Formats: sequence, C-alpha cells, structure tokens
Amino acid sequence: MKKALIIVAAFAVLIGLQMTMRDFVGAYNYQIVVLVGINIILAVSLNLINGVTGQFSIGHAGFYAVGAYTCALLVSTIQEPFRNATGSLPEIAQDTLLLLIGLAAAAIAAGLAGLVVGIPSLRLKGDYLAIVTLGFGEIIRVVIVNVEAVGGSRGMTGIPALSNFFWVYLFVIVTVATIHNLVYSSYGRAFISIRDDETAAEAMGVDTTRYKVLAFVVSSMFAGIAGGLFAHFTMYLHPNSFLFITSFYVIIMIVVGGLGSIPGAIIGAVAVTVLLEAFREFGAFRLVNFAIILVLIMIFRPQGLMGGLKVFKPRSRAAVTK
Amino acid sequence: METFLQQLINGISQGSAYALIALGYTMVYGVLRLINFAHGDVYMVGAFAGFYIANSDIVQGTLGTGVAAAIVVMLGSMAVCAVLGMLIERFAYRPSRGASRFALPFWLGILGASLGQMIGGNPVALGIGVLAGVVVGIALERAGLRPVTKSSHLSLLITAIGVSLFLENGGQLAFGADPKFFPEIIPTANWQLGPLRIDSQRATVLIVALLLMAGLTFIVNYTKTGKAMRAVSFNLDAAKLMGINTDRIIAFTFALGSALAAAGGILVSLLYPRIDPLMGIMPGLKAFVAAVLGGIGSIPGAMIGGLIIGMAEVMAVGYGQSTYRDAIAFVILVLILLLKPSGIMGKGITEKV
Amino acid sequence: MKRHPWLLALTLSGTLALSACNGGQGGDSDEILIGEFGSLTGTTATFGISTRNGIDMAIEEVNAAGGVLGRQVRVIVEDNQGRPEEAQTVVTKLITSDQVVAVLGEVASSRTLAAAPVAQQNGIPLITPASTNPGVTEVGDYIFRVCFIDPFQGLVMAKFAFNTLQVRNVAILRDIRNDYSVGLADVFIENFTQMGGRIVADESYSEGDTDFSAQLTSLRASNPDAIFIPGYYTEVALIARQARGLGMNMPLMGGDGWDSPRLTEIGGAALNNSYFSNHYSVEDPSPAIQNFVSAYQAKYGETPDALAALGYDAAKILFDAIERAGSTEPEAIRDALAQTEGFPGVTGSITIDEDRNAVKPAVVLRVVDGTLQYVETIAP
Repeated sequence: MKKALIIVAAFAVLIGLQMTMRDFVGAYNYQIVVLVGINIILAVSLNLINGVTGQFSIGHAGFYAVGAYTCALLVSTIQEPFRNATGSLPEIAQDTLLLLIGLAAAAIAAGLAGLVVGIPSLRLKGDYLAIVTLGFGEIIRVVIVNVEAVGGSRGMTGIPALSNFFWVYLFVIVTVATIHNLVYSSYGRAFISIRDDETAAEAMGVDTTRYKVLAFVVSSMFAGIAGGLFAHFTMYLHPNSFLFITSFYVIIMIVVGGLGSIPGAIIGAVAVTVLLEAFREFGAFRLVNFAIILVLIMIFRPQGLMGGLKVFKPRSRAAVTK
Repeated sequence: METFLQQLINGISQGSAYALIALGYTMVYGVLRLINFAHGDVYMVGAFAGFYIANSDIVQGTLGTGVAAAIVVMLGSMAVCAVLGMLIERFAYRPSRGASRFALPFWLGILGASLGQMIGGNPVALGIGVLAGVVVGIALERAGLRPVTKSSHLSLLITAIGVSLFLENGGQLAFGADPKFFPEIIPTANWQLGPLRIDSQRATVLIVALLLMAGLTFIVNYTKTGKAMRAVSFNLDAAKLMGINTDRIIAFTFALGSALAAAGGILVSLLYPRIDPLMGIMPGLKAFVAAVLGGIGSIPGAMIGGLIIGMAEVMAVGYGQSTYRDAIAFVILVLILLLKPSGIMGKGITEKV
Repeated sequence: MKRHPWLLALTLSGTLALSACNGGQGGDSDEILIGEFGSLTGTTATFGISTRNGIDMAIEEVNAAGGVLGRQVRVIVEDNQGRPEEAQTVVTKLITSDQVVAVLGEVASSRTLAAAPVAQQNGIPLITPASTNPGVTEVGDYIFRVCFIDPFQGLVMAKFAFNTLQVRNVAILRDIRNDYSVGLADVFIENFTQMGGRIVADESYSEGDTDFSAQLTSLRASNPDAIFIPGYYTEVALIARQARGLGMNMPLMGGDGWDSPRLTEIGGAALNNSYFSNHYSVEDPSPAIQNFVSAYQAKYGETPDALAALGYDAAKILFDAIERAGSTEPEAIRDALAQTEGFPGVTGSITIDEDRNAVKPAVVLRVVDGTLQYVETIAP
C-alpha cells in the first residue's frame, strides 16, 4: 500500500512539474533540466559497469547512439500508419504509446549492441577493455554516418517531439530504482566481487563472464533509453553528438561524482552538465576553464565528490563505494 | 598496378606519421602504464609551433626554403614540444605519484590567465590573472591542500583527458579555430622512379621518419638513459631500488615522445598543409591504436603498427569509400584485441594471483 | 543514516541546478533585439564572419538613421563553430533565453536546417541570408531566405557548362557531409543529363578531409571534360591544388560555397580556369552595389564577398519588414516578411515568393589569378 502511494505521489509530482516548470524557470533552463535528466540516466547506467562491476568501458556513446537512432527511425517510420490506426485515441495517448514503443526498441537494440560488444570484449581487462570499447563506440558512430536512412553525416531531422521533462524524469526514477535494486541484490554482490578481485570471485564460483555481460547489457539498455529520450527531445540527431568525447563526458561525470556510488553518479551528472552549460557564458573559454577545473579535481580529489564519504551504512556487508 | 604502388607509397608516408606519434604513446605507457590521451594534441602543438617558426622572419627571410629551413623548423618544434611534454608530466601526472608543491600554483595560475584574458582581454589582465592564481595557489598549498597520491588509475586517465581538452580548446583560443596553411618549406620537386611518382615532400617524410626511428632505437638500446628507460618500464619500484632517478627518466621519456610527436606533426604538415587546433584528435587516437596493434610498450611494435594502420587506411579510401576511413583503424583495433591482445610484438603477461 | 546519500545528492543537485539558472537577457524596451548565429570559427569561418560584417554594417546604418520604429537595433551573435548540433543549441538560447524577436542566419544549409525547427516551433521568424538548400524553407512558414535556391543554382551551372563551356562529360566530386553539396550535385546532374550531357564519374569526400588524391585519381581515370565540385571553399581550394598536381587541368566548376576571400589564398594558381555561380559580382557597375562595396571597404578594409552582401540584405529586409509591420510582434514581422516585394537589395531586387524563397538571377564568376571576374548572368 505504501509503495503504491509513493508511486502515485511521484507521478503527481512529475506531472505537476511538467506542467509548470517551463513557465517557472524559462524555456532555456527547462531544456537544461531535461538534459541533466538524460545525463543522469547515462551516468547511473555507466556507473553500473564501470563503478560497480569495475569494468572499464569507454564506449557508452555508442549505445546511446544506437538507442537514439533506433528510436527516432522507428517512430518516424511507423508514425503515420500508427496514428491512422489509433485515430480514436486522444493524441496524448498516441504520443505515449509511440514513445514507449520507440524506447522499447531503443532498449532492445542498445542491449543487443551491448551483447555484441560485451561478449568478445569482456575477456579483456583494464586498459585493453577500455580501448576496445572506445573502438566499438567509434565504429558504431562511423556506421551511423554511412546510413543514409538516418541522414548520415548530415544529421536526422524531423523527429517528433514526444519526450519531455515528465518522461525523462520518469525514466530517471526507473533507472535509478532498477539499478539500485540490482546493486543491492545477489547480482550486485556478484558485480562488486568481480570489481574487488575477479580472480578470487572466479575461484569462489562466481560466473564472472555471465555477470559481466549482464551488467554490460543492462547498462547499455538504459543508455539506449536515454538515447531515445534525447532524440525525441531535441528533435534532431547528428553523429557529432556521439563522438567518443561524449563517452568521456559520462566517465567524467561518474568519476567526479564518485565512482561506484549511485548518488555520486547523479551528482556528477548534474554537476558536469550544469557546469558545461553555465560556462557557455564564457564563450570560447568555456571548455578551457572546464578542462582546468577537471584536472584540478582529479589531482586534488580523485575519488570524486561522494567517493569515500562514509555517510552511508550499507545494508549488506559489501561496501558499494571503494 | 601503378595506382596500387602509388597508394602504397601514400600509405607508408601516412603510416610513418602515425608511427612517430605511436612511439610517444608506447613509451609513456611503458614507463607509466598510462594512456596519455593528451599526446595527439602535443602533435597538434608541434604542427603549430612549426607553422609559427616557418612563418617567422628567420626562416622566411634568411633561410628561405630548403633543407636548412626544414631542419630549423623541425628541431624548433621538437624542442617546444619536448618542453611541453615535460610540463604536462610534471604538473598533471606527477602529482599523483608524489606530493608536488607546484601543481596547485601552476594550474591556478593558468586558470587565472584564462579568466584574466576572458574578462580583460589584454595582456595586463592576463598578467594579473596569472599572478592572482599563483598567489592563491601557493597560499592554499601552504594551508594544506595537497595532491592526492595513490589515486586510482581511472583518475589519472581523466587527468589526461582534461589536459587534452585544455590543449585543444586552448589551441583554438590561442591560434584561432579556423584552419591555417603551412608554408612551403621543401621546394616542390617530382621524381619518377619507374612507375612511381614521388614528390620531394613525400621523400622527406620517409627519410626523416626513418632517421628518427633509427635514432630512437639507438637511444633506447645503446645508451645508459635508454637502459634506465627500459628498466623503469619493466618495473618502476625495482628501478627505483636500483638507484635510478625514476622521476627524471619519466620526464625524459615524455620529452622524447613529445619531440617525436612534434616531428610527426611537421611531417604531416608538409604533405597536407592544412592545420587546425583539433587536428590531433583523430590521428592521436589512431596512433594509439597503432601502438596497441604493435604491442603497447614495444617500440618496434609501434613502428610496425603505425605503418600497418597507415597503409590500411589509404587502401580503404582508395579502393573503398572515404567515409569509412575512420572506422578502419578501430576495426583493426578490435580484431587485434580479440585475437592477440598483446599485439604483434608484445608478449602475453600472465597474471600472478 | 541510511537515507543520507540520497538526500545529499538531491540537495546538491538542486542547489547546483538553481545556481545555474540565468535569467536571460531580454533587451530593454527601447531596443529591438535580434539574434544572429553563424559559423564564426571552424572550416567555414569566413562564411560567418562575412555575414556578420554585412549585418553589422546594416545595423550601423539603420541605427544612425534613427533606428527601426524609432528604436535602436541590437544584435546578439552566437557562434555555432560550424556544427549543426551547436546551431540548434545556440538558436534555442537566442530565442528562449535572450528573447530575440527574429533570427538571422546561417550560411551553411546543414546548420540552418538544424536550427530552423526551433525557430518554427517558437514562432520566431528566421531569415537565412545564404542557405540555398530547398529543404530549409520547407521547415515552416516562419523560415525565409533572401537568396536563390539550389534547384535554380544547379540549373545555372548545368546551363553554363553545357552552353558556355560547351562540355559534355562532367565528373562530380561532392561533399557527403553537407546537405548543400549533396543537393546541388543532384540538381546539377539532373539538369545536365536532361540537356544531353553525360556524368562520367561521381565521387565524394567529407568536410574536413585534407587528402583527395584517391578520389581525384579515380576521377582522372574517367576522363572528364570538367569537374563539378559543389563544396565549401577550404576543401575546394585543396582539391584544386591536388588535382592540378595530378596533371588534371580541365575546368573546375562549383557553386556559391566557393565564395570566400580565402579561396584563392589557399588555392592559388590552381584555381585558374575555374568557374562558380554566385549571388552578385563586385564588378557590377550598378550604383547600389558600388556604394555598398566602397562603404564595406571603408569599414572593413576588404572587398565584400556575396555572403557579406547577403547578410546586409537580410538585415535590411528584416528592418523593412518590421517597419511595414509597425510592431515587433514576431507574427506581424513574419507576415510583413512574406509580403516583401521588389525590395532593392545589393544582391538584386528581392521578392519573397509563396515558398518564402527569393527569386533572383545568378552570376557566374571566373577565377583568374586570384581575382573573381564576371562572366555572365543567368536569370530564372
């Protein structure tokens, strides 16, 4: 009963915010808030594979891209017949269904991509895994550049505006809740054991490959959902938004926030997104200042904002943050 | 057939450039186990340093074009980048190995410079900014704000990313974001070698690259410093115990690698005179792939890897489609990592539990 | 203590988010605020800079003459660095945060295409001075242009190639990375083949490439009489150099994307024997053009290219529309723009048709030793 009440309350809050936020903070800040939400999904999902399972992946932008383009392409293609078929429903219901179908496709496609990338790659460790995921991310992007159906290197326009604050933050909640529950389950303990000492875990009978791939696929599925939400929010996709620098930005988010910690990933995502937007005032100096501050943080607080903060008493014996 | 051989020559010259950059990656990885993402941008700085030197009165006025001018440009830019490499190592990477008292003033000074320039836009504001930053930095350092040593591997990597972003965007500010064109230093001449047409620029690239690689091999294998480098890359702690000043050797490694990257930048600019502050991103990444392909940590491996990537790319563009060019390096990367992760020349290391 | 990390996370997030809230600019009521976006940096930097110069000159003139509706005009300029996704972001900022009443920009069709939906959605009129891809104005009824469109431009060059240069076998080398180049190439091919010409080869490159030897070698093998290169000036200049280096001396042709002072700077003598279509010619003796040219030279110290002229015209048309509308309400401005007829622009008499495009003639220019010479005018 309590759970149901919480869910209803959450919905109410989200819907309320959705209807009022744009007038309250202005269209530009509204956009930033939504982008923060999308980045939170990306950061929390990447954190699952990098922070919790300790597998160093720099290919997140690839799954993000797969999700974004799959969703956009599918919705753009089926939009007309779908709307004709469901003409009787109110438009908001049509939009909702279209978006959910698109996001489901995005998640599946990105998850499949995660499987394809993960299975061969996860035999590698450390820097090698990092490089190979980087490579896969770039390959995905170059393939997209060559697909004419999504506009190739000229970008994809005309994507219907289906996602907004409500949807993005709904999925933020879904993502955080799912991953949180995953981490605090037996799966999570397996992930953490792999991070802490893979050889020992293997020796203790943990099927490390299975768990690593699982973490990878779950992580990429959420990245795909983030991609779909992104596509239908900006209504425009260009492969330049999915360069490896985007993967770097997500990594920066989780490290700055505190690797391994879910609240850390959230804070990191908010901090980095907001900082990058706020620095737009600086014009050409924007990324220069961002870079200097990043280096300073890494030199003086490499564990991130939430890292090592013993604010948290874990329910189980396993410590989530290192 | 003639086209094929022509493309081969193109590939080898492209590959030599990648090889020179790859050498820097592989050497730094060897001693620090760090993927120095900023390396590609050092290559870019080298090209720009060469550009300014080549356009300076010294070269344009007295030396004109020719071998002398080329040597001046090359050595000048290599010197600049050697210094840059050492600065990066000292202030970005070394703090995580040991408390560095100057890291904070250095970076705050740079931040001050950036803010000063941004707000004021003139050298006075810049100077004030630098001064303010340095002073605050020293004060904070005295007050106890020290770099965290024993930070994780990942944070060091992100530091490298940060330096890379800094160089790229700082470059856009300092040099302007629109592309510049390298002046002609080597007078254009064409020779017909049988079915092949080779021009003076390409010949220069091949010869110089070979000389540099030979020079590097000599340093690494036949000098005491080279031996120390090899020792450090084998086992840092043991080398320290053997009395090697590891900090000095690491600095030297960075200097050497950066100088080679600069040389690569100059050579590429001879062939393709268009330079811009973001030109280092892709070649840097591909050179890194080349280093991995050849076996990261192995110097001959980096050379071989570079050549292979260069040729594969040129062949792909020549016989396939240019839009897939960037993917070639990564496909090769994925394949080699899945088939033989230690690379062509690398030895597999078993992990001892 | 269990709940703390979440609370901490939420509070920190909230504070950070709020601290980033900027109130936006929104000019004081004495000013008319317009937005401008362009590629001020990147490989097509001269496009943005020339356009900005033209617009600035127009604003200076109109302000000196008392402003529009008695109010001074102020422009907020944003640089999209030559990237389409940036174009979208900066136009969103101009419209939602700075609250401009109209937007001017961009030259490159790809960037304008990315930004136009934002303007359309927000009901703010957007005038592009030089984007020629037809898709731009198709985005919606708030999007206008003051230049001709590529279906016309492609026809112009096809006619020129067939009738004036009298070539029959043409090879194409297009930039696959931008809509302008791809669209223009397609139109050229369609028209040229319809007239009876033959396309002997069709290769592509990407904006930002520096090496075109592979494509050029392949083109050379097909023995064309001329090569049509509908790209942007930086790559075109390099292509010209490399082509001549490969011994390919046939005429090169292109579109208005060639127009830049840097074209001949980079390309040098390699560009002799090449022709491109453009919006106006500096050599045109008409007083309107000559006055513009000398004023521009006095202010900026260089000859204005077509983009500067178009930027100037776009700004002037916008001011004229605001005057005619008698208000700065975006909808009123839009309606006034749509009714523009016979506006005397530097680049010709501008009438906005029902597709919100301008109907204008094109000129063909020839490159000779670093200067652009007028060859002929082709009317629609």
